[in-house]
Amino acid sequence: MSILEVRNIRKTFGNIEVLKGITFTLEKGGVLSVIGSSGSGKTTLLRCLNFLERPDDGVITVKGEVLFDRNDPKTLHESQIRRKRLHFGLVFQSFNLFPQYTALQNVMLAPELFMKENHTWNAEKARLADEAEELFVQIGLADRMNNYPHQLSGGQQQRVAIARALIMHPDILCFDEPTSALDPELTGEVLKVIGKLSEQNTTMIIVTHEMEFARDVANQVIFMDGGVICEQGEPHELFGNPKEERTKQFLMRYNQK
Amino acid sequence: MEVIIQQLPIVIHALNIGFMQTLKLFAVTLLGAFPLGLIIAFGSLSRIKIISMTTGLFIWIIRGTPLMIQLLIVYYFPGLVLHNPIWGGGESGRFMAASVAFVINYSCYFSEIYRGGIQSVPVGQQEAGLVLGMTKKQIFFHVTLLQMIKRIVPPISNEIITLVKDTALARIIALQEIIWAGQAFMKGSYNISGAIWPLFFTAFYYLVFNGIVTVMLAGLERKLDYFR
Repeated sequence: MSILEVRNIRKTFGNIEVLKGITFTLEKGGVLSVIGSSGSGKTTLLRCLNFLERPDDGVITVKGEVLFDRNDPKTLHESQIRRKRLHFGLVFQSFNLFPQYTALQNVMLAPELFMKENHTWNAEKARLADEAEELFVQIGLADRMNNYPHQLSGGQQQRVAIARALIMHPDILCFDEPTSALDPELTGEVLKVIGKLSEQNTTMIIVTHEMEFARDVANQVIFMDGGVICEQGEPHELFGNPKEERTKQFLMRYNQK
Repeated sequence: MEVIIQQLPIVIHALNIGFMQTLKLFAVTLLGAFPLGLIIAFGSLSRIKIISMTTGLFIWIIRGTPLMIQLLIVYYFPGLVLHNPIWGGGESGRFMAASVAFVINYSCYFSEIYRGGIQSVPVGQQEAGLVLGMTKKQIFFHVTLLQMIKRIVPPISNEIITLVKDTALARIIALQEIIWAGQAFMKGSYNISGAIWPLFFTAFYYLVFNGIVTVMLAGLERKLDYFR
């Protein structure tokens, strides 16, 4: 069974229809790369999945539970959104670390508040701290845990942002152009961390402009154009032998760069 | 000169009493206007049109009219127009009326500074909190608030320094603050009359006190310098 089913997601801003009916599924442990030019709706799609935007139509199902169905009012309650969001994690293009907290505090804040709310903080505090430290080892920043974001490079900040998302144990981790705000020499370290996650069977959706990375890390690729999925398939198929004219043109533009 | 030296201890004594009243009004205004300003800021940021518009109208009236007039209205309106002198007579009644007028006035100025501070925190900060499953309240207190405070310290400092001097306006309803005490020596107070220098001398109190305030606020600004 698919871990995620997205059916006919539509989203309009003003009178511009940004998503014109997006449908796809994702298997547990699968990695989906979403490529396409700017303005094709990739980011809006991720924002809909994370409930930062409410789709105008469509159904989102995770692990068999319908999280969102435009035609079922029971799934639209504001009060439920917070719990539903936790199925997804989101890593932003601009990191969005909290500047007043150290890297470690950034990672610990959300679970700490969550545990305090549920009165499990005292029981779980030690376990959480251990887990956070393990995550810092995993992202290769064990020695920078106590630095503030402004003391870290962009690549390091983005790795902390990944750890911050991971500690909430999302079913599906989304990346919104995770390396687009980075200097070219810093993208590698972030992509390496994401690559390692895919080896550990983390279910991920990655919106990216790094074509080579999209091809290597994913087992499924979607090419979006003008708010629709223009073509989808396995990476070697879509990159090696694109069927649609628009996909060919898009990939050609990238190869020229 | 000799006369001044003779009068000095008495004048200092009287001015100190007046200055205590100044400080009291200053402190009460800050304590009231800091939280009330935040509530007004939320009002003007409200997505509910009627709330944001009413708040905007209120801020416009308060910022658009002189604090001196507001003091007079707050003090005299209940008694002279409504025939219900809620403030009573005496210094404590005047202090209450002055406090109310000052808190309302300064809340409106603070609210606009808060509003700017809240809006200047990037929306990505709030979104980062949301996708981590934090509530709006948690996000405000644990993410936005400190970043907002950092941004508003310089403009709030300006208002606080202005407030120190604005307290002198309360003299219009005969609150016995330091300028009132200084001026009293012209008409006659403690057997001294016709002396204008005590009035001029009050400036020294403001100057020293504002020096202390400035140093403290600069300290706070430095303290928040550890993040960007």
